[in-house]
Amino acid sequence: MDSILQVLNGIPVLGLVFQFIEYFITSLPFTAHVAVQLAIPICLAALCGVMCERSGVVNIGLEGIMLTCAFTGWFAGEVFTGMFGPGTPTSLFGFTLPLVLGLIAAVIAGMLMSLLHAWLSISVRADQIISGAIINILAFGLTGYLNTLLAATSVPSTGNFAALTIPSAVQNIPLVGWLINALFGQGPIGIVTVVLVIVFQVLLFRSRWGLRTRAVGEHPRAAETVGIDVIRLRYRNVVLSGALAALGGAYLSMEATNAFQAGMTQGRGFIGLAAMIVGRWTPLGALGAALLFASAQAISQSIGVSPPPGQLGDLLSHVPTQFFDALPYLITIVVLAGLIGRSLAPAADGRPYQRESAS
Amino acid sequence: MSSAQRRSTRVGVGAALRAAWALTAVPLFAFVLALVVGAIVIVVSSVLVLKNPFDPTLPIAAYAALANGAFGSFDALVSTLVLTTPLLLAGLGVAIGFRAGLFNIGAQGQFLMGAVGSVAVAVQFRHAPAVVAITAALLGGMIAGAAWGFVPGLLKAVSGAHEVVTTIMMNYVALAALSWIVGGPLQQPGSVPPTTPSVGIAALPILLGRSGHIGILIAFLAVPLAWFLLFRTTRGFEIRAVGANPDAARYAGIKPRRLIVLTMSIAGLLAGLAGACTILGISHTMNPTFSTSVGFDSITVALLGRSNPIGVMLAAILFGAMRAGAGPMQINAGVPVELVDVIQALILLFLIANVVLRRLLRLRGVRGSEQTGFETITRSYGREATV
Repeated sequence: MDSILQVLNGIPVLGLVFQFIEYFITSLPFTAHVAVQLAIPICLAALCGVMCERSGVVNIGLEGIMLTCAFTGWFAGEVFTGMFGPGTPTSLFGFTLPLVLGLIAAVIAGMLMSLLHAWLSISVRADQIISGAIINILAFGLTGYLNTLLAATSVPSTGNFAALTIPSAVQNIPLVGWLINALFGQGPIGIVTVVLVIVFQVLLFRSRWGLRTRAVGEHPRAAETVGIDVIRLRYRNVVLSGALAALGGAYLSMEATNAFQAGMTQGRGFIGLAAMIVGRWTPLGALGAALLFASAQAISQSIGVSPPPGQLGDLLSHVPTQFFDALPYLITIVVLAGLIGRSLAPAADGRPYQRESAS
Repeated sequence: MSSAQRRSTRVGVGAALRAAWALTAVPLFAFVLALVVGAIVIVVSSVLVLKNPFDPTLPIAAYAALANGAFGSFDALVSTLVLTTPLLLAGLGVAIGFRAGLFNIGAQGQFLMGAVGSVAVAVQFRHAPAVVAITAALLGGMIAGAAWGFVPGLLKAVSGAHEVVTTIMMNYVALAALSWIVGGPLQQPGSVPPTTPSVGIAALPILLGRSGHIGILIAFLAVPLAWFLLFRTTRGFEIRAVGANPDAARYAGIKPRRLIVLTMSIAGLLAGLAGACTILGISHTMNPTFSTSVGFDSITVALLGRSNPIGVMLAAILFGAMRAGAGPMQINAGVPVELVDVIQALILLFLIANVVLRRLLRLRGVRGSEQTGFETITRSYGREATV
């Protein structure tokens, strides 16, 4: 504590700020690329959350859906490799038959998990938080169980999707080269994510489906009165949203790495939930929040890899890396506590809908 | 005794039995069904993943190994009680929250902070007499846990921030805080991986066998205390009133905001005590990978025990036994310990799908259990989040 104060007293604060900006700009190509990589699974989880909660179904099972799909994608890939052989990866994105089939399996698994959540929260009208907790515990248990069983067997490796390589000529374009590399120097799931965010944003606020979804999440009774089938729409949206979280899970075990590890989501589903809240239940907001959260981690990594020189380095070496880990959660608590205001969640979020009996 | 009196006694016993059955039938069926589905998982995974021949006796061997590891010997029984202790304490906390209509998912974080708090205090009291050190360390854990529950309670009372989300966030803040404290201020110099010093004199005395520490006693004493608090004190009545109907409670002159903060703090205190007992009674030191399944387990325990202290106690013993037997099951029957998590998820699934279950089993006779307490606990997630 004293040393921090000494450093602070020793120099004008403004100098430190400038040093940090300078460091930030020089490390930007690295930081931005890492930040986008870290943001992709968080953003996909958040999109799943937006789609569920906009239709009035709370989903804290994001973590479990992601974990299931990370396992399923990887494991199905191994099984298909055993059946069809590894195949030759395409030069673009490194597609192989087992990888693509594995990804499809992951998406189906995600939709099945979501179907369970949909059934419990829409048809059984159970407490949606408990339903989400069931998804999380079940996913953690089943994937851990199977992973322990599989540890005894030898499985062939399927590899993973490859990132697009941006030519260094493009990377070195002044001012925008780093941005192009950060956004497009990603694998297929990563690039699809950006597209999904934009499409989802437009659909949610500019299409009939979006209007109906929002109506069902805000005032299901009124929606039903004008002829929308609340139950069916909620089912469809929750099940479809599973595919989004599935991509996030598959990203972890099939794109960022090439294997599954027990509990590899490490809370990303819950950060996704946080990103959804901070992003005010909109796709673009969710992307922004995911990028914000990921940047905190990326800067922390960047400081770890190449700390800035001089007094700034001294100061930053006193900030524990765990502070950056906790930052997304702290931001969310502050936002929830009222910096942005409290009436943001869809009004009927978390409440099961019961049709009025025909009289 | 006249015959009329005798009849009334008999009716009384019959009614009591029926009431007990009505209360336990659904949890019991949920548990048995979960075991059956768990058995299917064991057989199917063995055939499909390990390519073993079909062996229908494998689940029996696994469950036998589990039961033997939980109840088969004196040491097994003690380890069941040791693992019951944190689940019982944290489960009571979650249950009291449920009674007030609060869904506390934060037992995990409160448990971890309780553990950190007790170590931090124990290290300061290294040279004090054992009684003082133990009391101080337990208090330290309780205060740290209560603080971790107080914050979400306060946020809910002041700004209406939903406790489900804030407690989830607090869990992850606790993980980061733990990793920083153990690797920083509390690190034993030179330890790799970073570990705290031993709690030394503050270690809980052993009463039973090799590992049966005094925390077991504390946990079981907490059951009547929690029951008394909920059902025999004004505060407890207010907690239940707020949980049953916040508006009616407010009209009756109860201040829901203050009660929310109080209830969350009590829940945190109990989970913190669970963490303190675990660190002072079992591990004695802490490293950054100190983790626990208490968080989700305690929610299941509270739900299975229907937020009733005695039910919570029975559910905690059940889960303590499963955690104690899981290791022997993996060693002796080759069935991974994670099966316990699968069974836990299945129990919850059958509990909340009990409407369906009851229709399937034609359990119409037990009308008393219609009112199960598994309705939407998390009211007002949306716009009506103001208290």
